[in-house]
Amino acid sequence: MTSELIVFLVLSLVAISSALGMAFSRNAIYSALFLVLNFVTVAVFYLMLGAPFIAMSQITVYAGAIMVLFLFVIMLLGAESMIPLPSAMPWQRPLAFILAVTLVVESVYLIFARAKLDTVITAPGVAANSMDSLRDMAMTLFNKFLLPFEITSILLLVAMVGAIVLAKKEKGGKA
Amino acid sequence: MISINYYIILSAILFTIGAMGVLIRRNPLIIFMSIELMLNAANLAFVAFGRSWEITSGKPFYTGQIFVFFVIAVAAAEVAVGLALIVEIFKTKKNINIDEMNSLKG
Repeated sequence: MTSELIVFLVLSLVAISSALGMAFSRNAIYSALFLVLNFVTVAVFYLMLGAPFIAMSQITVYAGAIMVLFLFVIMLLGAESMIPLPSAMPWQRPLAFILAVTLVVESVYLIFARAKLDTVITAPGVAANSMDSLRDMAMTLFNKFLLPFEITSILLLVAMVGAIVLAKKEKGGKA
Repeated sequence: MISINYYIILSAILFTIGAMGVLIRRNPLIIFMSIELMLNAANLAFVAFGRSWEITSGKPFYTGQIFVFFVIAVAAAEVAVGLALIVEIFKTKKNINIDEMNSLKG
C-alpha cells in the first residue's frame, strides 16, 4: 500500500460520495455544492495525471463559472424549496437502480477481462508542471488543433447570442 | 501502484451515477447537473488515457488534455443555453416539474 494508492483511494471515495450526494440530495443547492466538491476532487486527479492546465481550467471554468451559473438559476427559480411530486412512473426508480448496478458490474468486468489495460500510471515528473510543458501544449493546441479551436470560439459566440435572445423580454410589453 | 484500470473504473462509476441521476430526479436543474457529471467522467477517462499513452511512448502527449479543453468549452456553452431555456420555461409555466414539460408548444 504505497502512499499514492492511499491518496487515490481517499480521493476516489470523496468523488464517489459527493456524486451520490449530488444525485440523491433533496435540496438543489446542496446538490450543486456536492457537485462543486466533485469537480475539485477530479481536478486533483488531473494533477495526479500530469495535466496541471486542465486541472486549473476545470476549477476556474467548471467549478467557478458553470456551477455559479447553476446556483444563480437555482436561487432565481426558488428550486431549493421545491417539494418533488410523486413520479408518474413509480417503477422508474427501482429499474434505474438495477440498470445502474448492472452497468457498473458489466463495465468493471469488461475492463478487467477484455480490455487488458496494464499501464501503471506513475506520478508525473517535475517537467509536467513547468512552463515548458505548458508552452508545448499551447504549440500543439494552436498548430495541430487550430481548426477546432476556432470552431469552439464560434460555438461560444453562438451560445452567448442564443442565451441573450432567449432571456430577452418580448416586444409588446409581455412581462 | 495505480494501474490505469482504477482511473477507468472510477470514470465508469461516476458516469453511471450521473446517468442514474438523470433517470430518477424530477427537477430539471439536477438532471442538468447529472449531465455535467457524465461529461466530467468522460473527461477523466480522456486525461487518463492520454497519460497512459505518454507513459508507453515516452514522449509528452497533449492530445488528451486538449480534447478535455474543448469538452469543457462545449459544456460551458451548453449550460448557458440550457439554463436560459429553463428560465424561459419557468416564466410561462411557473414551475419546473419535468413531468409537465411534455409538449413542444410554449
